[in-house]
Amino acid sequence: MLDVKLNPSQRKTAEMAKNIANVKGRSLWADARRRFVQNKAAMVSVFVLGLVILFSFFGGYATEYDNETIDWNVLGSVAKVGQPSIESGHYFGFDDSARDLYSRVVQGSRISLAVGVVGAFIAVLVGTLYGAVAGFVGGRVDSIMMRLVDIFMSIPYMFVLILLLVVFGRSITMIFVGIGLTAWLDMSRIVRGQTLSLKNKEFIEAAMVTGVSTPKIILRHIVPNLLGVVVVYATLLVPQMILTESFISFLGLGVQEPLTSWGALISEGVKTMYYGAYWQLGFPLGFFIVAIFCFFFIGDGLRDALDPKDR
Amino acid sequence: MLNFIIRRVAIAVPTLLILLVASFWLMQTAPGGPFTSERPLPQQVLDNINAKYGLDDPLPVQLWNYLVGIVTEFDFGPSYKYKDRTVNDIIAQGFPVTLKYGTISFLVAIVTGCTLGVAAAIRQNTALDYFAVGVTIGAQVLPNFVMAPILIMIFTVWLGILPGGGWHGGEWPYLIMPVIALSTSFMASIARLTRSAMLEVLRSNFIRTARAKGLPDRTIILRHAIKPAMLPVISYLGPAFVGMVTGSFIIDSIFGTGGVGYFYVNSALNRDYAVMMGLTILLGSMTIMFNMVVDILYAWIDPKIRL
Amino acid sequence: MNISIKAALMVSAFALASPALAAGTHPTTGEALADDQSFTYRVLDEHSSVDPQIVEDVSGSEIVRDLFEGLYSQDNQGVLVPGVALSHTTNEDKTVYTFTLRDNATWSDGKPVTAGDFVYAWRRLADPATASQYQWYMEVMAIANAGPVMAGDMPTSELGVKAIDDHTLEVTLSTSLPYFHLTTTHSSTFPTPAWAIEEHGADWTKPANIVSNGAYVLTEHVPNERSVRSRNEAYWNNDATILDTVTALVINDENVALQRYFAGELDRTEIPTGQYPDLSVSNPDETTVFPRLCSYYYMFNMRPDGPAAMQDLNVRKALSYAVNRDIITENVLQGGQTAAYTFTPGATANFSVPDVDYAGMSQDERNAAAVEMMAAAGYDASNPLDLTLIYNTSEGHKKIAIAVSQMWKQTLGVNVTLENQEWKTFLQTRSNGDYQVARGGWCGDYNEASTFLDLVQSGSGYNDSKYNSPAVDELLASAKTMDDPQANYTAIEEAIAADMPLIPIYHYAGNYMIATSLKNWPVDNVEQNWYSRNLYKVAE
Repeated sequence: MLDVKLNPSQRKTAEMAKNIANVKGRSLWADARRRFVQNKAAMVSVFVLGLVILFSFFGGYATEYDNETIDWNVLGSVAKVGQPSIESGHYFGFDDSARDLYSRVVQGSRISLAVGVVGAFIAVLVGTLYGAVAGFVGGRVDSIMMRLVDIFMSIPYMFVLILLLVVFGRSITMIFVGIGLTAWLDMSRIVRGQTLSLKNKEFIEAAMVTGVSTPKIILRHIVPNLLGVVVVYATLLVPQMILTESFISFLGLGVQEPLTSWGALISEGVKTMYYGAYWQLGFPLGFFIVAIFCFFFIGDGLRDALDPKDR
Repeated sequence: MLNFIIRRVAIAVPTLLILLVASFWLMQTAPGGPFTSERPLPQQVLDNINAKYGLDDPLPVQLWNYLVGIVTEFDFGPSYKYKDRTVNDIIAQGFPVTLKYGTISFLVAIVTGCTLGVAAAIRQNTALDYFAVGVTIGAQVLPNFVMAPILIMIFTVWLGILPGGGWHGGEWPYLIMPVIALSTSFMASIARLTRSAMLEVLRSNFIRTARAKGLPDRTIILRHAIKPAMLPVISYLGPAFVGMVTGSFIIDSIFGTGGVGYFYVNSALNRDYAVMMGLTILLGSMTIMFNMVVDILYAWIDPKIRL
Repeated sequence: MNISIKAALMVSAFALASPALAAGTHPTTGEALADDQSFTYRVLDEHSSVDPQIVEDVSGSEIVRDLFEGLYSQDNQGVLVPGVALSHTTNEDKTVYTFTLRDNATWSDGKPVTAGDFVYAWRRLADPATASQYQWYMEVMAIANAGPVMAGDMPTSELGVKAIDDHTLEVTLSTSLPYFHLTTTHSSTFPTPAWAIEEHGADWTKPANIVSNGAYVLTEHVPNERSVRSRNEAYWNNDATILDTVTALVINDENVALQRYFAGELDRTEIPTGQYPDLSVSNPDETTVFPRLCSYYYMFNMRPDGPAAMQDLNVRKALSYAVNRDIITENVLQGGQTAAYTFTPGATANFSVPDVDYAGMSQDERNAAAVEMMAAAGYDASNPLDLTLIYNTSEGHKKIAIAVSQMWKQTLGVNVTLENQEWKTFLQTRSNGDYQVARGGWCGDYNEASTFLDLVQSGSGYNDSKYNSPAVDELLASAKTMDDPQANYTAIEEAIAADMPLIPIYHYAGNYMIATSLKNWPVDNVEQNWYSRNLYKVAE
């Protein structure tokens, strides 16, 4: 529709501008990659996180024990005879039900990493777009979209989860649905705030005046300028998501015994830490902390790399 | 601005109403009711109870009566579980508790978080930065349900200097551990958001201009940099507030402080409908109000943002 | 110097002002009593109410038993002792009970406690307008006209209870009930002050308004934090009360509660699951174990339209035999629980545990028999049974479910899916019959085997297995009027063992840490009806 009003020469200019933008865009990403690779903390984190992921998939091959078989000789005296031991092959000792903690951590890592990554991904995707649209379009649309977020934030989340369980039954996918339902809300508020401010910047105003379409402005100009905050906040969401999973499972919607997760292992470990079984908290918490550190440093690295002002 | 507030308050009413109807529907659809128990009640007893609380009316009638009660008498109904207390009693008792340790935690989180974040940003890649990042990550990765028992172990059991729980009208020894346990993760989030926003602002053109003009660093940071850097932090306050109310469940459960956080989770598990509705309305109004304040703050930080 | 003299004077003045018994010796045992007679204990959850006719939970009943006094109370062994009633007489066929009340009992506001207060309270309990969850207790007590009054078909004045004079209460029953007087220790039968309830309405239980006739009065209540009760000076036997204040602290987390116990903030708390063995070594004087009137079991869904595998007696018996109860009690729970092969706990009064066949076997024999029965049912390694076990979210239930599922898997090759559910969802799923195997727990309402065995009656609302045996129904019905129903109870337990509608797993035990200074905890009272006025603290 807009095309009709443009004369041929203008269309050419627009195309040229588009080409230039494309070329520049590619170099922006290449630039970012270069900067990211130079960031030592981020690269070490990528490496460590890679190890944790490998561990979660292949760690099981390093042990003869599975995550559900109870050692009846240990059951009932885990705090005394269930310590970690290389000789016995129970590298991380036993959990409180006398199952091999190593294989439980391996399996729990898989679930928790998936939950953290999927949760953050949903938050970034949905939250960013939702917030950017609301902030940029503004007016009544913004008002309705943000009041919806207010409602979703205050609605009793537990009932939503309970109903999900009743309607769809229990499955691993339901954890991701449960996580996804809340993950994006906070992000959308933050993104909208940034967008409100960006909207008044000269380059956005310029784009608007030259007739660039709204979706294009949002995707090409607003979103790239938001990535810094988005990435940092996404890394803050990862630990939250991983812990939310254990709450969802508590309601019966998420992972069920004998499967486990970092959140479940940590909350079990907290209960036994008073009685000397420190390893039951230590190992899962250690993995959790290491992974969160990695996510944080990778996040900071990405932020620095993607900062459009930092050409 | 007054115009803006009036508009927002006006729109808050339908928003709350939608929230209310949706929550009411969710609750009633969830399996089980307030009087479902391990030993099912005889039908006659159940009928009497339902009649007393009006739970035998059709749902729309129940909802209507509930709304009328709120509007005409500010009566949020009875608790089905704690039978000699009303929802008004529970909120009047628990909300000031949550409000007190919540507000203190909130302030502690904002002040320490912003300070750490700004300090880390202006001394990027120095020991101070690494220290601040280390502290904040450390605070973030220790979930509060892990931190709270550890605090009790250290301060109550080993050192014996703080009471292990209770509220006692909010005297300060009873406040310390709840505030630490509740504020740290928010402090960390705020610090990290502040640091990243500050770094971005410090690289922007107007700061460069100010630097070029020869303004002293302190003036640049205090006068020009902090305000725009606060934008994402301010956006975060709304969600952070909701997170604190729901996070206070852990605090109430572990420290026995008696705030509404405990009721927020347990009234859902007990299907104590009226308590859940009352708390949802409370949380909803607070969220709406908080986000309104945040929007007003936007305009203060960046005058170009129109309300 | 001056200041310390002043302080010393003040302390002695304070000591003089406090009740005579606060320091001194125990009147019967002669133990030196502590100066500080305050008792603080942990409760898991906020109590539901302190209104005798409304209260429905254990922690609330504990408070009500301190605040109010009914016709009879229980001693440390659970034997009836006079409360407001001194004695009672009954007619030939035990349908009319006449209680003589003491004339020195008073309410905390000074008014005398009369038979009329009981009449008021019992009518209030039966009144549909009160909508008490314990209304049905009137039917357990078999009070005449309870049913029609509860249904609103008769005015409450028709209820079979009346005051002959201020100190004589006459109760008419709808049927002969030899043990009626035993039911009067229940908190829902305690008297309530009509004038206070009329004046304050639902707010009458607030500390400022409450009027009570027990050894204590409610002085402070901070919901979800604490409730404090203090000595009632107007109580008729106040001189014998030793503890001055009793405080219940709400602490949800049992591990935190234990830490606070060690920090000296609590005098009594529950021992977390699995911690008893260690604590009994490290703190032998403080750990206390005693049997409870409760059974833990797994039920099978025996509905005719339910899962086919559960209809097969071989499958049910095999699953039951393969559960190694000793591992559950000795390695998982470790708190003095007893392995259960019958549904009714051995601690139940006038009940001796029958020798059901599989209880006498060794676990190896049971396992071998279980494998055979499973094969007979047509399941083997190539065609394993798939089973879902549901339980409500709780650390203890989870541990037991994990252990049992492994036993079934390792012994019988059954593929077990564990499914925890939030409490209300769980209850709904179970009563709808949408399950194969579900967890159950049952505590006796009174100290008699029928409170357990009624659960397998075909029409019982508690029978979630939907076990239906006319023979068992018949035995239950005839037991009601027997003087010694043990023979019937034995036959019922044997029928349960033969038909296996449920798997008895263990009988509960109470596990407490009790401060060494706190004395006279009634460990032998299996119903755990404890009264603060019988407790005391000794000097250490």
